[in-house]
Amino acid sequence: MSPLLQGVLTIIIGVGGCVGYFYLSNLILDKVIFPPRADNPGRNINRANLVRPWLFLFPAMFALGLYLVYPVVGSFWRSLFNRSGDEFIGFGNYTTMFGDAGFQTALFNNFLWVLFVPAAATFLGLLVAQLTDRLSWGNIAKSLIFMPMAISFVGASLIWKFVYANNADIGLINAIRDMFGASEPLDVLQLRFWNNFFLMVILIWIQTGFAMVILSAALRGIPEETIEAAIIDGANPFQIFFKIKVPQIMGTIVVVWTTITILVLKVFDIVYTMTGGNFGTEILPSYMMSYMFRDDGRATAVAFVIMIIVLPVMIWNIRQARAEMR
Amino acid sequence: MDNIAGTKSSLTWAVNLSVIFLVLLWLVPTIGLLVSSFRDRDQISASGWWLSPFPVEQNFRVRAPLDDLAQDGPLYVLEGNVFGEGSGSVSAFGGTSRAPDANEPGETAELTRDRTLTVAADGAFRYTSPAEIKREPSIYFASETPPDFSMGNYETIMASDNMDLAFINTLTVTIPATIIPILIAAFAAYALAWMDFAGRGLLIAIVVGLLVVPLQLALVPLLQLHNKVGIGQSFLGIWLAHTGFGLPLAIYLLRNYMVGLPRDIIESAKVDGATDFQVFTKIVLPLSFPALASFAIFQFLWTWNDLLVAKVFLPSNSESWVMTVKIADDLLGSRGGDWGILAAAAFISIAVPLVVFFTMQRYLVRGLLAGSVK
Repeated sequence: MSPLLQGVLTIIIGVGGCVGYFYLSNLILDKVIFPPRADNPGRNINRANLVRPWLFLFPAMFALGLYLVYPVVGSFWRSLFNRSGDEFIGFGNYTTMFGDAGFQTALFNNFLWVLFVPAAATFLGLLVAQLTDRLSWGNIAKSLIFMPMAISFVGASLIWKFVYANNADIGLINAIRDMFGASEPLDVLQLRFWNNFFLMVILIWIQTGFAMVILSAALRGIPEETIEAAIIDGANPFQIFFKIKVPQIMGTIVVVWTTITILVLKVFDIVYTMTGGNFGTEILPSYMMSYMFRDDGRATAVAFVIMIIVLPVMIWNIRQARAEMR
Repeated sequence: MDNIAGTKSSLTWAVNLSVIFLVLLWLVPTIGLLVSSFRDRDQISASGWWLSPFPVEQNFRVRAPLDDLAQDGPLYVLEGNVFGEGSGSVSAFGGTSRAPDANEPGETAELTRDRTLTVAADGAFRYTSPAEIKREPSIYFASETPPDFSMGNYETIMASDNMDLAFINTLTVTIPATIIPILIAAFAAYALAWMDFAGRGLLIAIVVGLLVVPLQLALVPLLQLHNKVGIGQSFLGIWLAHTGFGLPLAIYLLRNYMVGLPRDIIESAKVDGATDFQVFTKIVLPLSFPALASFAIFQFLWTWNDLLVAKVFLPSNSESWVMTVKIADDLLGSRGGDWGILAAAAFISIAVPLVVFFTMQRYLVRGLLAGSVK
C-alpha cells in the first residue's frame, strides 16, 4: 500500500475513531451506566457529570503521558545504562560525558547561543515593531520580516549557504570582501569561534519575525494616555520608547525571550546542515544527534542535560500560568 | 500620537529608510536562493546572482574538427568558427588549459612546437602547425553569454533525484499529523475550559509544563517503544509521534480561546437541556474555528519543516525520505557543489509553507498571540 493511501486511511480511522469514541462513550455513560431514570435520576445525572470530563480528557492525557511524560522518565532511566543498554552504570554516562572535550565545546557554544540569539532576536523584533508601528506600509514590512518563520531550518540553512559560500561569485559576504579588495575568498564557517555567530545569525533571521509580531501587539496595547502625558511633559521619542513603552511591555519581552531561549535549546538542524558540528560549532542538540543510534546511553544523557537547562523556564511558565488563572 | 506635539519630519525619513534597509536585509538571502534556482549551473559559478540580469563571461572549450584540414605551403592549417553554426563574440582566447584566456581576440598565440592559433572577435579561428595535425586541437575561449534563466534545475531535481517522491512523503507525513491532534485536543480543551472537576488547575499546569519539554528526550525511549510494539520506524510511528508532540500546544491554544467564549451562550444551551457533548459539537467547536485554524497552521508548518522527528521515526532508506532529510542527508553531500540544484531543491521544500504563510497569516498571528502573550 502506498504511504499516501495509508495516510488517507489513517486520517479516516483517526478522525472517525475519535468521533466514534467521544460519541459512544458519552452515549454509554448517559444511557447505560447512569441513566437519568430508575430510582434516582438526579443523582445519576450528577454522577455522569463527574465522570464526563475524564471521558473528554482521556485520549489527550493518554497521548501526553505516553509521548511526553513517559519519555522524561524513560530517558533518564536509559541514561543510567551503558551503550548497549544491558549494564547499569549509574551516572557513568554523565561523568564520561562531562570529561569529553566535545561535550564541553558543545556546552560552551550552547551557552553562547542561549546568551546571544534570544537577545538579538528580541532586540531586533522590538526595533522593527516600534519602527513599523506608525508606518503606512508597516504591515507589508512586517509581513516580509515575518516570512522566514515559515521556512524550515534546513531551507534557511541552504539560503544562508548562498550568503556564506567560500566563493566571491556565489557568497554575498565574499563578494563584498572582494569589492573591498580582498584577494582570497574566506570560508566564514571555518573561522574558529566566530563561525558560531554566523550560524546564530540564521536563527536570529528566523526568530526576529516571531518577536516582532508579539511585541508589536504589545506596543499597540499600551494605554495611549501614558504616551500622551509623556509628550505633553516634553519627552522626546527616545525617552518615550525607553522610559514609557518598554517598561510597560516588560512582561511580554520576558515571555518572548524565554520562548526563543527554549527554541534555541532544541534546534539542531542549522548546525547539522551547515557544518555538521565540525570546526568547533557543535551545540548540545547536534552533539546528541551524533550519538543517536550509536550510543543511546550517551544520547539520553545529553537530552537529560538539555532538560535540566530547560527546567527553570518550565517552572517559571507554570507559575505564571497559575498566577493568571487566579 | 505623533501629531500631538508636532512631527519631526527628519525622524520620519529616518524611520522609513531604516525599515527599508531592514526589509532588504531580511529579503536578500531568500531572493538570492530564488534567483539562483533558475540559473544555469555554469552561469552560477561564473557570476554572482546579483549580476544575473547581465550577460556573463563564461569560459568554453571547443575542438577544431580535423575534416577541414588544409595545407598552406609548408603549414598544415585548420580554419573554422568556434561558435560553429551559431554566433557570438569572443572576449579572450587561449590554446592551452593552463591559460584559457591569455590572448585578446585578433592576436596570434604562439603555442608549443611552433604551432600558432588566431581567433578573431567574431569567432573565426586559424590553427597552424608545421607538422601534420593528428589529434583535434582544443581551443579555449571566453565569451559573453546572455542571461540564461530556465526551469532546468527543477526538471533535473524532479526527474533524476527523486525530489517528487520526497515531496509526496512530506505531504504524507504532514496531513494526518496535522488533522489527528486537532480533534483530540479540542475535546480536552473543552473539558479544561468549561467543565468543573477536581484537579483541573493541576492538569492545565501540566500542559503548560509539557509545552517546553525538549523533544530530544522523547526520541530514544519512544523509538524503543515503537520497536517493541511492532510499529518500528514507519509512517504510522511518525504520525503518532507528531500527534503526541503537538498536543500540548493544541490544548493550550484551544483552551485559551474557548475560555474566552461568552458564558451566556453556553449556559443558556445547558438550561435548554443540551448535554456537554452537544454544547461542544454544536456551539463551542464551530465558534472556535479561528483557534483551530491557528493551530492547524502551526502544526502544518512544524511537521512540514521538521528534520529531527523524521530522521528518528521514519525508516532511513531513500524511499521514505522527506524533503528536509533528502536535502540535509543526501543532496548536500551528493550535489554539494551544484548550487543551482540545491537552490531548486530548497525552493521546492519552502514553496508550500510560504503559500500557506502568506494566505493564512492572519490566523498564524492570532495563534502566536494567543499562545505566548498572557
